[in-house]
Amino acid sequence: MLNYEVTFIADPVLSGDEIKKTVQSYSELIAGEGCKITHSDALGLKQLAYPINKKNSGIYHTLQFETETGKIVPLMELAFRRDERIMRFLTVKLDKHGVKYNDDKRSGKIGKSKKTVEREAEKKKEQMKETQVPKNADKPIKLPPNMAKPAAKKAEVEAPAVVAETPAAVEAPAVVEAPAVVETPAPAVAETPAAVETAAAPEATTTTTETVTIKATGDAVDLTKIEGIGPKAAEALVAAGVVSYTHLKLKSADDVKAILTAASSSLSHLDPSTWAKQAEYAANGEWDALKKWQDELDGGKDSSTEG
Amino acid sequence: MANREDIKFLSNPNIGGADKKYCRFRKFGIKHIDYKDPDFLLQFVNEQGKILPRRITGNSLKYQKKVAVAIKRARHLAMLPYVTDLLK
Repeated sequence: MLNYEVTFIADPVLSGDEIKKTVQSYSELIAGEGCKITHSDALGLKQLAYPINKKNSGIYHTLQFETETGKIVPLMELAFRRDERIMRFLTVKLDKHGVKYNDDKRSGKIGKSKKTVEREAEKKKEQMKETQVPKNADKPIKLPPNMAKPAAKKAEVEAPAVVAETPAAVEAPAVVEAPAVVETPAPAVAETPAAVETAAAPEATTTTTETVTIKATGDAVDLTKIEGIGPKAAEALVAAGVVSYTHLKLKSADDVKAILTAASSSLSHLDPSTWAKQAEYAANGEWDALKKWQDELDGGKDSSTEG
Repeated sequence: MANREDIKFLSNPNIGGADKKYCRFRKFGIKHIDYKDPDFLLQFVNEQGKILPRRITGNSLKYQKKVAVAIKRARHLAMLPYVTDLLK
């Protein structure tokens, strides 16, 4: 299936109805040849970047259609050329990326970061879950022996995924449905916050785990700011549990050397005598003092104490 | 061996090469460039409406060609001018 997109500019003096009629006539022309129009977007009246036929503005419209062969295209273009109301047109063949882009643009995903898109998708899923329970309300009403139990069971049922919900619903339809029908107003209100909370709780925990991991990696990267620690040394330290400046400053030089030698023999030549002090500056956030001292140090070694 | 303080340069040796140029399409996984979006395409065009060279924008060859095609289509549809002054 070939996807085409045609954008055309119509005369600005046309009224809204006339524009609609024009669009309609071309839609029918395309549909009549056995092609399917997927989308029709009106971009509206716009200023032209340069005058066309002595006009400075035009009404833009886009049609996206699907066809088996491309035979409609020359016919459509001929119709555009003959039509006096159309000033310009452009037919473009869309590849799969183009089609995906257009779909995303229509659903508003373009211009948003991936995280906001994911978050919105999750929110939508929860809304779907909540609307699903009342749908089972047309089953026969059976009063449960204990009214308090169903509320607890419902909260437990809604927390896991939708798949888990359906077996629970099957095994105890009376218990689950009764609250939905009998106690509809108040408990429904009480339960939906519970559902939202339980749904929000897993979300919150995932975000906190995210932040925890991000924090760890952030500090690990920064270990290279210590003069003398390169990427390999930083890796070895992180693997041994030294993930932040505070950890490093508490370690003695011998401890650090032991970690490095254990990690790899190529790291054993490094002299960590000044690292603890550098880490102290870094942990306290005294970056200026650290930089000043690093300028005096030569590759992490304190040359003033040697020789 | 002279220390760091002894060596003085006439101009800062750290100058230039400050931000690494990269192709924004490859980095962010953007596969399609829309010719109907003149605000996005203005990034790749200078004040006179001319297409900027690849060494300035940092685009890879594949995406620079796509950008050029999109700009030319936009020009045909009068969303971008062919030549002008004070575009930005």
